[in-house]
Amino acid sequence: MNSAATSAPVTSAPITSAPITSAPTTSATKTLSAISCRRLSKVYGASETAVHALRGIDLDIPLGGLSMLVGPSGCGKTTLISVLAGILDKTAGDCVVLGQDMGNLSAPQKTRWRRDQVGFVFQSFHLMPTLTAVENAAIPLLIQGVGRSKALAGAAAMLNRVGLGHRLSSLPGELSGGQQQRVAIARALVHSPRLVVCDEPTSALDHETGQQIMLLLREVANEGDRALVVVTHDSRIFEYADLIAQMDDGRVTEIRQGIAAAAPGPL
Amino acid sequence: MYSVALKMLTGDRLKYFGLIAGIAFAAMLIVQQASILVGLTRQTGAFIRDTAQADLWVMDPQVRFSQDQVPLRSTVLQRVRGTDGVDWAVPLYQGFNRGHMPDGTSFTLILVGIDDATMIGAPPQMELGKFADLRRDKAIFIDGDTAATKLMMKRGGGRAIRLGDRFTINDQEVVATGAYRGRESFFWEPVIYTTYSRALTLSSSDHNTMSFVLVKIRPGQDIRAVQKNLVDRTGLKVLTNDQFIDVTADYILKATGILVNFGLAVILGVVIGSLVAGQTFYNFTLDNLRHYGALKAMGVSDGTLARMVWLQAGTVAVLGYGIGVGMGSIIGWGLRAGGLAFSMPWQIPAFAFASIISVCALAAWLSLRRVFKLEPAVVFRG
Ligand SMILES: Nc1ncnc2c1ncn2[C@@H]1O[C@H](COP(=O)(O)OP(=O)(O)OP(=O)(O)O)[C@@H](O)[C@H]1O
Ligand SMILES: [Mg+2]
Repeated sequence: MNSAATSAPVTSAPITSAPITSAPTTSATKTLSAISCRRLSKVYGASETAVHALRGIDLDIPLGGLSMLVGPSGCGKTTLISVLAGILDKTAGDCVVLGQDMGNLSAPQKTRWRRDQVGFVFQSFHLMPTLTAVENAAIPLLIQGVGRSKALAGAAAMLNRVGLGHRLSSLPGELSGGQQQRVAIARALVHSPRLVVCDEPTSALDHETGQQIMLLLREVANEGDRALVVVTHDSRIFEYADLIAQMDDGRVTEIRQGIAAAAPGPL
Repeated sequence: MYSVALKMLTGDRLKYFGLIAGIAFAAMLIVQQASILVGLTRQTGAFIRDTAQADLWVMDPQVRFSQDQVPLRSTVLQRVRGTDGVDWAVPLYQGFNRGHMPDGTSFTLILVGIDDATMIGAPPQMELGKFADLRRDKAIFIDGDTAATKLMMKRGGGRAIRLGDRFTINDQEVVATGAYRGRESFFWEPVIYTTYSRALTLSSSDHNTMSFVLVKIRPGQDIRAVQKNLVDRTGLKVLTNDQFIDVTADYILKATGILVNFGLAVILGVVIGSLVAGQTFYNFTLDNLRHYGALKAMGVSDGTLARMVWLQAGTVAVLGYGIGVGMGSIIGWGLRAGGLAFSMPWQIPAFAFASIISVCALAAWLSLRRVFKLEPAVVFRG
């Protein structure tokens, strides 16, 4: 529960979004950053109906911490996290994630990259209703081609880890929202990805349950060698962040250290 | 991931059974209608098959089907017998006549007169009595299987004609001396056998008439060559058994509109069945689209997604097909027990299988287009 050890890399992240004219080369940032974006932009559609969702994002997110993307509705949080997770193509700029320049990957390469490197947590859980908790949690391993019994064993261990060891064979419909999100978190972690992206992981949950989910994510972040990126506009959970990137109208307007990073100690 | 695909399919019992039921319904519809059509087609050839102990049928060129009545001149027989390649030839009488049962019930019958000496043209099997009984005085054979319905005395007799009963054909007395077992015929009228000479006496027509000449070719002769010899020599129509069966089926199915009606029913079965089966499967995939989106985001390749959808389509297709054909067969069995035409050669289930598989493949392919087009980024929306 102590985040002091994980806060170290934060110091190497830029404190503000002031443009870095001579951006560090990607090879230099590779070892330090989980994510490094320069002048990243995303435009939906074309000509008159075009929506400039991202207008030149400069952002560095370190490995080994919990970062939050926050800002008003429509400011581009989901768009940014989608590009970072490799499920949406950028329009321009540079985006290096876990040492991989996203612009260099073909679609099938991106698919494989996601399979091995990314864990997803969704606002609406996205669990398969006809699969049990342990089967849902095993999906990333099954996608990687791990044998069924081995995958289920791994998933069971992970469910145990998130406190659901006693509900392995429950169907999602038999679980509470918080429990479903725990299954989703187990699924996001089961294949040990180095990037975990969570879009509004608490907004479908009541405050109390949301706090518990954030505690769990905080624990995961403390484990080290991976980056958690959480999109939220729930200011009550900001305290769990090591780093908070404030966004507005497609730009990162401010980057500040979170309470978790600034005030180490038991949460 | 295949276990996941199957669980997606079977997890929702209601949808799963709905899907299989839809496909089973389609398969059943196809099998049913096609089998009835084939059954009816087969029945049109019943008389020819029952009588097919020779190789060729000689008939008037105007004859369109086996029950058509265009008499031949009696001199034809000699000409046929004198033709190259002919081993033997016998006359056959066949015609609609009017009969009266002992209680006065009037009925139409198909009278068949077979060669007195050789009995060529007799039905394949006797149920009661023996073939030689036909040579007895006033003897006729009735169809043992259909007598109960087709030879029913409705005007007070209260029962069907049975062996030993006397009734009249064109006001001349006959005696039921035997019962044969024949194929189920397309024609409703009872088929009554007697000898050729007695048939001529009984038949209403006043001059000596002969409907067909049945021809056996010499061993080792080419049937086509003999057929041509006969046509050249007599100027008549000469058909093999199979040709006559085809000509008859063709004529009856078209003339009665059966071909159009049941052909349409088969097509309808395929179309409605396809729509039902295809639509249900397509909907099933659409319902799961958000899950496919999540799987895509989590790194499932398009190839794997395709195999998952194919597996689901294949599973419901095979199960639905099996159940549908099974039910179709059981219903058909009931239909046949009830005397209705139903015949299911292996081509019908094969055709149904091909149809169902193509429909499911089409539905899977259409669904997959939606799955492929899906942006994985949708997982973060809504
Ligand atoms: N597929 C799309 N096509 C066109 N425009 C889009 C699409 N997705 C998002 N946008 C637009 O891009 C902008 C940024 O959207 P995005 O979903 O990233 O915002 P957000 O910060 O996640 O908002 P919220 O807090 O409401 O989830 C919005 O103006 C949105 O309307
Ligand atoms: Mg959003």
